[in-house]
Amino acid sequence: METIKLKIDNKVVEVAKGTTILKAAREAGIHIPTLCYLHLHDLNIENKPAGCRVCVVEVEGRRNLAPACVTECTEGMVVNTHNIRVLNSRKTVLELILSDHPTDCLICAKNGNCELQSMAQEFGVRKIHYEGEQSTYREDTSPAIIRDIDKCIMCRRCEMMCNDVQTVGVLSAVNRGFMSVVAPAFEMNLDHSVCTYCGQCVAVCPTGALTEVDHTNSVIRALADPTKTVVVQAAPAVRAALGEEFGLEAGTLVTGKMAAALRRLGFDYVFDTDFAADLTIMEEGTELLDRLTRHLNGDKNVPLPILTSCCPGWVNFFEHQFPEMMDIPSTARSPQQMFGAIAKTYFADKIGVKRENLVVVSIMPCLAKKYECQRDEFATDGNPDVDFSISTRELSHLIKQSNIEFNELPEEDFDHPLGESTGAAVIFGTTGGVIEAACRTAYEVYTGKKLQKISFEELRGMEYIREATIDFDGLPIKIGIAHGLGNARKLLQDIKDGKSEFHAIEIMACPGGCIGGGGQPLHHGDSSVIKARQRALYAEDAGKTIRKSHENPYIIKLYDEFLGKPLSEKSHHLLHTHYFDKSKEIKTVE
Amino acid sequence: MHILVCGGTGCHASESESLLSHLKAIVADKGLDKEIQVIATGCFGFCEKGPIVKIMPDNTFYTQVTPADAREIIEEHIIKGRKVNRLLYQDPENKEHIADSKHMGFYKKQIRIALRNCGFIDPENIDEYISRDGYEALAKCLTEMTPQQVIEEMKKSGLRGRGGGGFSTGLKWEITSKSVSDVKYVVCNADEGDPGAFMDRSILEGDPHSVIEAMAICGYCIGASIGLVYIRAEYPLAIDRLKTAIAQAREYGLLGNGILGTDFAFDIELRYGAGAFVCGEETALIHSMEGLRGEPTVKPPFPSVSGYFEKPTNVNNVETFANVPVIINKGAAWFASIGTEKSKGTKVFALAGKINNVGLIEVPMGTTLREVIYEIGGGIKDGKKFKAVQTGGPSGGCLTEKHLDSPIDYDNLIAAGSMMGSGGMIVMDEDDCMVSIAKFYLDFTVEESCGKCAPCRIGNKRLYEILDKLTKGNGTREDIDRLRNLSQVIKDTALCGLGQTSPNPVLSTIENFWDEYIEHVTDKKCRSGQCKALLQYVIEAENCVGCTACARNCPVNAISGERKGVHVIDQTTCIKCGACLEKCKFNAVFIK
Amino acid sequence: MGQVKSLADLRKIKEELQGRMSLRENSNNPESLVQVKVAMATCGIASGAKQVMDFFIEEFEKRNIQAVVTQTGCMGYCFAEPTVEITLPGHSPVVYGYVDTKKADDIIEKYIKNGELVDGIIPVNYETIEKK
Repeated sequence: METIKLKIDNKVVEVAKGTTILKAAREAGIHIPTLCYLHLHDLNIENKPAGCRVCVVEVEGRRNLAPACVTECTEGMVVNTHNIRVLNSRKTVLELILSDHPTDCLICAKNGNCELQSMAQEFGVRKIHYEGEQSTYREDTSPAIIRDIDKCIMCRRCEMMCNDVQTVGVLSAVNRGFMSVVAPAFEMNLDHSVCTYCGQCVAVCPTGALTEVDHTNSVIRALADPTKTVVVQAAPAVRAALGEEFGLEAGTLVTGKMAAALRRLGFDYVFDTDFAADLTIMEEGTELLDRLTRHLNGDKNVPLPILTSCCPGWVNFFEHQFPEMMDIPSTARSPQQMFGAIAKTYFADKIGVKRENLVVVSIMPCLAKKYECQRDEFATDGNPDVDFSISTRELSHLIKQSNIEFNELPEEDFDHPLGESTGAAVIFGTTGGVIEAACRTAYEVYTGKKLQKISFEELRGMEYIREATIDFDGLPIKIGIAHGLGNARKLLQDIKDGKSEFHAIEIMACPGGCIGGGGQPLHHGDSSVIKARQRALYAEDAGKTIRKSHENPYIIKLYDEFLGKPLSEKSHHLLHTHYFDKSKEIKTVE
Repeated sequence: MHILVCGGTGCHASESESLLSHLKAIVADKGLDKEIQVIATGCFGFCEKGPIVKIMPDNTFYTQVTPADAREIIEEHIIKGRKVNRLLYQDPENKEHIADSKHMGFYKKQIRIALRNCGFIDPENIDEYISRDGYEALAKCLTEMTPQQVIEEMKKSGLRGRGGGGFSTGLKWEITSKSVSDVKYVVCNADEGDPGAFMDRSILEGDPHSVIEAMAICGYCIGASIGLVYIRAEYPLAIDRLKTAIAQAREYGLLGNGILGTDFAFDIELRYGAGAFVCGEETALIHSMEGLRGEPTVKPPFPSVSGYFEKPTNVNNVETFANVPVIINKGAAWFASIGTEKSKGTKVFALAGKINNVGLIEVPMGTTLREVIYEIGGGIKDGKKFKAVQTGGPSGGCLTEKHLDSPIDYDNLIAAGSMMGSGGMIVMDEDDCMVSIAKFYLDFTVEESCGKCAPCRIGNKRLYEILDKLTKGNGTREDIDRLRNLSQVIKDTALCGLGQTSPNPVLSTIENFWDEYIEHVTDKKCRSGQCKALLQYVIEAENCVGCTACARNCPVNAISGERKGVHVIDQTTCIKCGACLEKCKFNAVFIK
Repeated sequence: MGQVKSLADLRKIKEELQGRMSLRENSNNPESLVQVKVAMATCGIASGAKQVMDFFIEEFEKRNIQAVVTQTGCMGYCFAEPTVEITLPGHSPVVYGYVDTKKADDIIEKYIKNGELVDGIIPVNYETIEKK
């Protein structure tokens, strides 16, 4: 490896050729502040438009200051990261950014979690010397995401996520000069665009410009209503991340504390979305086997591969962008919606509560779930199967508001019957998890044999597109996995072009899967957080006594008592869905 | 015989009209009006030595001729054939009288290389271009020279980028030629965006083939077979002429496959710009061509390594290209003999502002601003006093009297706090307020910033706001300090050339017109009267007869007073429209 | 015209044209025609050069004057647009500025027909590279 020697703040540093000043400095323990720069190392995502100019440093012999984030080191370079010229420029630039930013921090959704706020604090800004007109824009509220772009600092992270990583192409810079801002085309509202509500823009936004639609008040109101029975479900990825909001190390599992907290918040029944994940495997796994068998028997009308359908961002994506392929994904609803459907029928009957008096709240790592539960097809007579979906972050606010000392809580269990789950359900929260869970069940159902090794290591990892062949007792099943919609697009394009050889593909919209969802605690650019959450989920799976969905006793009971068998008529009615061609939905500005 | 008398504004102001009538009368008097014609002409551009009289056909050039000289000219020169020595132009260096204008240095001040065919050939006729050595340079390169030899020649010529950057053209070609890639591109930057600049448009309209030929030569050197012209959609005539020229060149086989019997293939396509100033910056231009937002990216990588769709791309501006065929035809040594040590050849300028001969000029590098303004440009309009000249487009600096005698080249202009830019040159006179001028340019850059980097997006806006405050009389001394600091920070931290130079008008006016800034903030005065907020209309009691004309015409009823009594203007209501001043017949209203 | 396949081809075209062009460069050809060049760049057209050019073409026809009217690019005298360069056989080119149809009429009647100069000549103040 070719190396380069340079001097940063009088320290001799040796780095690999091609290293930027920023990286070289960090390797040397010198922290150069950054704002627009974002590097999710483990996910291979980098945003460096060199737009904020906060990371400028002085390079000897250079006329102007150099942005450390993009300037590569050269042999013999002499860099000064904190002389008066640099400090003055940096602070002036920060003051400029602040001069065009609302100062309502106290009531901002990102208060205490804002990178701009932290930087102002770090720089000790006490006065903005360059005050002037502020750019103002129309606020845009969609079913899941609020764009308050007065707070946009043009870091372009969301644009990079939306275009380069997700290839959705909704957000890009519009207008010129002082009025330039990131927005959908023609400055239309998000719900008039092809936005999938994956929330990755929200996940990387350094300020309060992009936030989730907050439903915590609705939840509080439902909890306070004595006529309502309020049921809560918590998704698998939440338990691996919620602790971060309470100062716990990333990857700390807080399943028991979370259940305890939910109970203290006043939910009448604390259930687990994992139960519905097991149910999903029963339906989706059976559908896989059914389609596989018919296909192998020569029925050319049965398309393969089958694609998972539990990710609502992904569903939105193909409805908008690949409507001609709507018969490929599984018809199984997502676990959130399966849970809602069962809760408002089977469970409501069981406890003798009328549907309209049962409120289902979901805790999700995801913002697209907010949109999903509002879909017309998931309601009966206008009453939605899931009433409110709140994010991991919103749950943490609820807990904090309610004076619950989270870290002091005891570990508690979920309630029955919808709180029991298997290890297979837990790993739904990570990329590769759904398909691994499906394989565990499908293998045993198909072959009639017990799995020797429950963990399918070959399906795990963080690579964006992974493939593996699972031996179903002589029948090689080709599995594909993609996370991040840009990677999903590649696999879809292959299918469209007839080049795909997979039997089944798992797709998750967010890089990393639900653990990296748009509703999770903010990673602030540290992608090791996402990896830690993944490790936590696999650990929880490994610790479970039951690790295969079809062995979940309450699932067996549900089929016995209510559904009959997978893909039964009742299942079809309650647990499956259909998709809509949204490609032609061109709406005009209001 | 003809006697030509300059009738331009400058000479007019020094009695050329009276001179003309004297000459006419004497000619008539002598009964020579059949043989001798006395004609008034447009400006000779030599207003410093006006009025000018030129005798044709012998090209005798008389300077500073007064009406009293008329008789001597007729009697001595016209009748006796003896030139009037004392009126002849005197060479400033050897003090010799020069009889024939062809030998005057003044006429060598403009040398047309890039504009050699503009105004000479029919731009829509390729034959006319060919008859003026057109495509011979391309033929010479393709058949007699290797790409490296052509590059060497370009390097030797010392040609530097005429778009403003001033980077060596030959070196740029060499770097692109050395980049390894299956596909490379030649891009012509015809996104001329400086307000008031139209050098490139004129070349494309008047001599499109010179650019086509040069692009093909460049393609040959760097190993590209596709050329792209990025041209503003607001230049419909230039686009038309270019399209016609490309079609003609294709018909002649001068574009396409197997050019001039060799195996060299090259063709040109047009790409239209939507008129964003920043797209003149080469990386932004390339992004715009790719269909992306016209925004610059950090260099390196330079386009010559990774440009259009990540392929090595050589971007040169129109004027740069227009110089290339001549360099090949006449040789690098010839080209390098013109200009200064580090800036070779000529530069085209679009002269504008308070100057008599507004127009397009081409002068050798090293010509002084004084020569350009007073000799070629014909001096300041209406005999006013020169105040400043702004070079380099909206982000150039304002130079003053003290810079007039420094030779124009890339390095001198930067040293003086301005820049060459693409060649805009705007002259200001005593009626221009320098704070307002700086504000005017900032208004442009605020509008044209792409918004990508914070210092340019927000900083320029703040500069504008502070300047606005000054022109409204609300500025303080601290504001001037803030202007300085902010300007320096923007220069230091902005991403691309636009932002790095946008504070130049502010810094250079503060530097050169410090007193004016101070007047604006401490005395709340604008000496040129341009800052309306700093003016006061007042009525001189002594002159006011109480006719009420002012009060009746005041649109905001700010004037009060009895009929036949002295009137008074209420300054808090006055909107400074000037109606009272216009209506007063007694010179009672004046501006304070 | 066919394809230009070599330097020789190119020079041939040049030679063929030399006669025609030399009439513009050196006006020593007694049989040659009156040459009128109208500066038709954007600045010229915006100030009315098109009408002026049409006027010359029509009027030459009407008044039976043997002349060639061509367009050309910007001469640089933007302050005096429209500008027209007139070359009479045997004379140096003369540039007139601020030419409207009235002025054009004057130019035809006085200068082109009788060789009398008309007010408003723009002195040429540059060197072309040929002379260098």
